[in-house]
Amino acid sequence: MSKKNPEYDFKWCPGCGDFGVRRALEMAMINRAEETGQPMENNVVVAGIGCSGNLVHLLEGDQPYGIHGIHGRSLPIALGVKMAQPNLNVVVVAGDGDFLSIGGEHIAPQAARNLNVCAVIMDNGVYGLTKGQSSPTTLEGAITSSTPYGKLETKTNPLELYLTLGVTYIASGFSGQPRPLSQLISQGMNHPGFSIVHVQSPCTTYNDTFIELKGDLKNGIQPTLWDIPEDHDTSDRAAAHEILQEGGIPVGVLYNDTDRLSLDQSVVNTWEKANPKTVEQLLGAFEF
Amino acid sequence: MQLRDFVVRFAGEGGQGVVTSAEGLAQSSTRIGYHALTFATFPSQILGGPTWTQARISVDPVLAPGDDVNVLVAFNRDAYDEHIRDVLPDGVVIFDSNEFEIEDDDRSFGLPFEELAKSTGNNRAANMVIMGGLAHLINMPQEHLVSFVEERFNRGRAEDAQIIKSNIEALNLGRTHLLDSGFSLGELAPPEMPDYKQLMIKGNEAVSLGAMAAGLDFYVGYPISPATPILLYMERNLVGKDRLAYQVSSEIESITAIIGAGYAGKRAMTATAGPGVSLMSEGLGLAWIAEIPLVVVNVQRGGPATGLPTKTEQSDLMGCMYPAHGDVRLPIIAVGTVEECFYGAVKALEWAEKYQGPVILMSEMSLAERAQNIAKPDLSKVKEAKRLVYSGTNGYQRYAGHELSPMPIPGSPGAYVANGSEHDDMGDTTHLGERHIQMTERRFSKIKLLEEDDYERDQPEHSVAVVSWGGSKGPSREAYNILKESSLPVSWYYTMFLNPLPPKMLEELKQKDLVIVPELNYQGQFSSILRSMGVKAESITQYTGLPFKARTLVEKITEMTKAQLKETTKV
Repeated sequence: MSKKNPEYDFKWCPGCGDFGVRRALEMAMINRAEETGQPMENNVVVAGIGCSGNLVHLLEGDQPYGIHGIHGRSLPIALGVKMAQPNLNVVVVAGDGDFLSIGGEHIAPQAARNLNVCAVIMDNGVYGLTKGQSSPTTLEGAITSSTPYGKLETKTNPLELYLTLGVTYIASGFSGQPRPLSQLISQGMNHPGFSIVHVQSPCTTYNDTFIELKGDLKNGIQPTLWDIPEDHDTSDRAAAHEILQEGGIPVGVLYNDTDRLSLDQSVVNTWEKANPKTVEQLLGAFEF
Repeated sequence: MQLRDFVVRFAGEGGQGVVTSAEGLAQSSTRIGYHALTFATFPSQILGGPTWTQARISVDPVLAPGDDVNVLVAFNRDAYDEHIRDVLPDGVVIFDSNEFEIEDDDRSFGLPFEELAKSTGNNRAANMVIMGGLAHLINMPQEHLVSFVEERFNRGRAEDAQIIKSNIEALNLGRTHLLDSGFSLGELAPPEMPDYKQLMIKGNEAVSLGAMAAGLDFYVGYPISPATPILLYMERNLVGKDRLAYQVSSEIESITAIIGAGYAGKRAMTATAGPGVSLMSEGLGLAWIAEIPLVVVNVQRGGPATGLPTKTEQSDLMGCMYPAHGDVRLPIIAVGTVEECFYGAVKALEWAEKYQGPVILMSEMSLAERAQNIAKPDLSKVKEAKRLVYSGTNGYQRYAGHELSPMPIPGSPGAYVANGSEHDDMGDTTHLGERHIQMTERRFSKIKLLEEDDYERDQPEHSVAVVSWGGSKGPSREAYNILKESSLPVSWYYTMFLNPLPPKMLEELKQKDLVIVPELNYQGQFSSILRSMGVKAESITQYTGLPFKARTLVEKITEMTKAQLKETTKV
C-alpha cells in the first residue's frame, strides 16, 4: 500500500534483503491466485514486529488481508485465523528475533499441531529496527551494540531446531534469489501442514552478510550458501540431518512430510466422535 | 416456629464425598421445591487436604451462602475442631464415629457413616446415610428424598433397582439413628415449588451456556483454576462445523488466537483467572487498538501472582479495566449471581461484536463453583451477538472517521491491515499526532455504544446508598434487606455493567452523600473508580479469601450510614 500512501513513512534501508523476500512473497501469492482462482483477499499475512514485519504494509498490487500485531505472537494469531477459516491461505512473516527469541515458545506447539500455515522467516542475524542488538542467529562472540564484549551464547541453528521440533515442511532460501525463493514459498503454502521457509535476508546496516553468503571467488571467499542436491530425499529425516551436518547454509527444500494430518483436518475427524447438541438440549441437561 | 432456611456444612478431606454431599443435598432439595445454593472451597492439590462445602436450603430464593451453620457434618477430628466455632448455639454436629469420638458436647451426634453404608450392601451410600439424618433434623418428609433417589439412580441399567433399594435403606438408617438421638432443628417450612422451569447449574457452566446461546463460534483456553471447567465444557460441546474449542499452550496463545479468530469473523472467547489476564495484557491492548471483537472471562481468585488459586476475591477490577499499557479502558461486565453468569456472558458477546473490541466478563471463584437453582433461560429472548460487517468492494478505509465502522472479513473484499501500531484510515502505520488523536478518540467513542439503561434500584430517595459489585451482590443484598426491614435509610443500586456504567445510575450516585461499596479486596478498587467519576464512594473491604457474611455488612453499613447522617445533620 505504501506507494499510494505518502503518510506511511517506514522505509527499509537500501539493499535490505527484505525487498527480495517481499518480491518472492508477492510472486507466490499471485501465483497462488492464478492457480486456484481465489482472489487475493483469501490470503492473510500475519506479521511480526521488526523491520521484516513491515512487509505487510509494503506489498504492491492487489492487497491481501494483514495483521500487524505484537512482538513474537504472529504464530498464535495465525492459529486463530486459520482455525477460524481453514480455507484462507495464512502466511506469517517475521524476523529471527521475533520468531526465534520472543516468539520461540510458539514454534513447538504449532509443529506438534501441524498447523497449516506458512511462515516466511527473514533472518538477518541481528535486531535491526532497534539498531543492532544480538539475536539468536548472531554468531557467538560477535560484537554488537548489546554485546560489547562479544556474544556469549552459541548461534541457534534454526533449520536444526525446526527439524527437531517436527515441522513438516522446512525450506531454506536466500533473499538475493527471489524467483527460486518464491517457489519455496509456493510449495510451503501448498503444503498441508506447518511450513517454514527460513530466508537469509541480510541487514545492510548492522550485519551485512551478502558477500559471505554469496562468496567472492575473485577475492578467495567461498560462499556459505550451497544448493541442496536435487537427489536429496526430502521425506528422509536422517538425510536432512546429514545435510545440516555439512555446515554452511544449504538452500532448497530440506524436509517435507505430507503424511501427517494438519490441525484443521484432525479437528474435522473429531466431529464423528462428538455428538453436538443445541443450546436448548444442553440447557435441558441441567433442568429438573 | 418453622424454619425458612438452614445451612449444612460438610467438612473433611478431599475425596471423602464432602463436595458431592453438599451438591446432593442441594439437588434433592430443589427437586422438591426449595431453593438452594452451594459454596465450596478446596485446597490446591489433587488428593486430600482440608475441604469444606456447604449447602443453604431455603423456602425463598437464596442470595448468599449463609452466615452461620445449622448443621455441621464432620468427617474427621480436624474438620470438627476447625468448623465448630461457626455452628449456631442451637445447631447440631453430625460426625463420623468410625473416624473419631467427641466427648462433652451436647450438640454432637456420632454416626458411623461407612459402617451403616456397608450394612446396606452399598459402600457408596454414606452420603445417603447423612441425607437421611439431615432430613430428620428438619422434619423433611421422607418421600421427597425417596423420589429423588429413584430419579437419580434410574439410569436404565440392570443394577438400578438394587442401587435404589440400598440407597433408600441408607436414608432410612440415617433417619432412624438421628430420630433415636433426640436431636431436632424444628421443621423447615414446606417448599413452594416455583411455577417456572428451573436449572440446577454452576456459575462456570452458566457462563459457558450463555456464551453459546449468544452464538459463540470459537473458544480456546489454557487450564487454570477456577476457570478450567469452562474449557472442559467447551471442549465437549462447542464442536462441529464452523465451531471450535481447543486447548492452546499458554494464555498468550489464548488471547492471540482469539484475536486471529475475532479478526476472521468469529465470535471468539477465552476464560482464565488473574494470572492469565496478566499474560494477556499486551494482547488485550492489541485487540483494543486494532478493533477486534473478543471476550475474555476472568474467573477471579485470590492474587497477586499465583496467590490463592482456590479462594475467592474481587481484586482484579483495576487489572481488567486497565489491563494494558497505553490509553486503554476496557468494557467490563461483572456478574453477581449464577443467573447473571448466563446473561452476563450473553451481554459480553453482544458488546464485543457491537463495539468491535475486547470485553472482559468478570466472575469469581465463589460463583464459578456455586451450584444454584435458577429460572431456565428462555432462549427465544436471547439474541445472537452480531457485528457490523463490511460488504463493499476493495480499497476500503477500515479505520476512517471518529466512530465505529463496518468490519471487513478475510475472504471477502475490503482487505486491510489490522494494526497494533497507531495507524491511518487504511491500517498502515503512522506517527502523525493528528492520527493518534483521531484514533484514540475513535476507540473511546465506541464505548458509548455499550451504555445500558437497566439497573437495580430500591428506595432511591435516601442519601446513602449501598452499591456492591460481582459476587458480593448476594451478601450485600441480604444485608440491605435486613437494614430495610429495620428502617435504616439506605438505598440499593446494582448493575453488572461496570464499564460503562449505566449513565442514569451514575447520575443518581453522584447525588448521594455516601455510596458504600462492599468488595473483596484491600484497596477498595470499585469505590476508587467511582470516586474518580465524581461519586462519594467508600468501600467495605475484606480479603480473607472468603465471601462476606451478611451480618458483617449489616454492622458496617449501619455504622457508616449513621456516621454520615450525623455529619449531614451537623452541616
